[in-house]
Amino acid sequence: MSSSPTAMTEIRSPERSTPSSPPPALPRLLAGIRPHGAMALEEHLALHGPLPLGRGGRRRQLRERAAMLIDEIERAGLLGRGGAAFPTATKMRAVADARGRAIVVANAAEGEPASLKDRTLLETLPHLVLDGAVIAAEAVGADEVIVCVCETAGQSIEAVEHAIAERSRSSELAAGSPKVRLATVPSHYVAGQESALVNYINGGAAKPTFTPPMPFEQGVRRRPTLVDNVETLAHVALIARHGAPWFRELGIPTQPGSTLITLCGPVTHPGVYEIEHGASLASLIEASGGTTARVRAALFGGYAGAWVGGDRLHGVALSKEHLAPHGATLGAGVVLLLSEEACPVAETARVARWMEGQSARQCGPCIHGLDALASTVEEIVGGIAHPKAMQRLEQLASLTARRGACAHPDGAVNLLLSAVEVFSSEFADHARHGPCESCSRRPELPLPERPVEDAGSRKAGRA
Amino acid sequence: MSHRVRINPITCEAHGMCAELLPERITLDEWGYPLLDETPLHGSEVEHAIRAARACPTFALLVQRDRSSRGERVRSPAR
Repeated sequence: MSSSPTAMTEIRSPERSTPSSPPPALPRLLAGIRPHGAMALEEHLALHGPLPLGRGGRRRQLRERAAMLIDEIERAGLLGRGGAAFPTATKMRAVADARGRAIVVANAAEGEPASLKDRTLLETLPHLVLDGAVIAAEAVGADEVIVCVCETAGQSIEAVEHAIAERSRSSELAAGSPKVRLATVPSHYVAGQESALVNYINGGAAKPTFTPPMPFEQGVRRRPTLVDNVETLAHVALIARHGAPWFRELGIPTQPGSTLITLCGPVTHPGVYEIEHGASLASLIEASGGTTARVRAALFGGYAGAWVGGDRLHGVALSKEHLAPHGATLGAGVVLLLSEEACPVAETARVARWMEGQSARQCGPCIHGLDALASTVEEIVGGIAHPKAMQRLEQLASLTARRGACAHPDGAVNLLLSAVEVFSSEFADHARHGPCESCSRRPELPLPERPVEDAGSRKAGRA
Repeated sequence: MSHRVRINPITCEAHGMCAELLPERITLDEWGYPLLDETPLHGSEVEHAIRAARACPTFALLVQRDRSSRGERVRSPAR
């Protein structure tokens, strides 16, 4: 493990003199980042070296090169950074093996309110992401790349448009490269779900669809489609240049490499940090300038994630393996700290209602279950709940989870159940005595100011 | 080769026919949506399940045949 586990987006790293010699430690992705604006193509190539793509060649050679790329990504042990931590090489191989010409979708829909890493990457290092997308296209045999950016992320959209234009002017990059285009997607929570994204690109609503077929079999225009998070692709760009052994120099055997974390809450400099997997939460907090208030608990993985109580945070490390005993994951790399001053029950009620509002309103159990769950938590906060409200929460949770077309209800239930467990005494207090003094404080957990209205029709269920 | 019942939660509109026709496998939740026992159907249940799938007004109930460990073939109810 390296001695300096984090790199802040605001800090500019020293210029590196020898292009394409692999950066020894952190920052990797965020190397050379500027405080404002995107890194230009020329500077990007000077820092990382040329795009390692073989041009042209016979079909057999192309296929061999593609297979070698996927093998290298497999040896690197790269796991997807969109939240599911699925092995990237496995997904690539499924797309490469499926029948038909493939398409690559670079996913920066980033519906998670606390997450900033995808837009940070696109705003500052669009060429790293585009490199990764182009390399992924070579690996799966795709002739088209679609970069999906949240429609409210204006700076990201601008940076990607500019970067695509820069590359099209470079004769070296344009030759033999797949067609790259930008698509803006709605900002609601489930829009970034794979099947929702594919459905939207195909002209449908940005809502999850019933699977199978999975996007890797039949995605955009019914072609095999590789949907990868933009951070995943940025790592692909570096693995293709520096190799799997280099990638594994950081991190832990079960989760090699570095990762971007969005850190929110009472710290001096909240923001996006690059850490190596297995780094301690304490080192991340230290890199952010330390806490500005006592921390009651930390939420890992965003609003589909899980809480870990303050007493258990000591010694917590940031990786799948280290968080699993706490029932948590890193998700898309979100760590939210909640201060002692906040009321966890009131915060849970707000987030539960927001998650209910983010349902695509397609599946009955999600529509009714999330509403009933949010209402029950609201009644508990208000001290007007039925004496058996806590049992009711458990019952509703089991009626709601794993019954939708996508994992949205599962995520919302996951968060609620972990809140009930970690903040059990606070829930019991509210149920008995009503709102506490902290309930009326300004909320801490970030939510979009105006909930995004879904144009979709409400499904009338029979009660 | 075994068969299982599965629901498409997007097309399901809680008509509840399936629970009437296949009570040994399907009950309804408090909102009227089906709760399924998705373990493999016994041989004698398959015909009942297919009948229930055909009766679903939105064709949301599916009877699936396991083909292999990977990938499933959907048997669409005949109309």
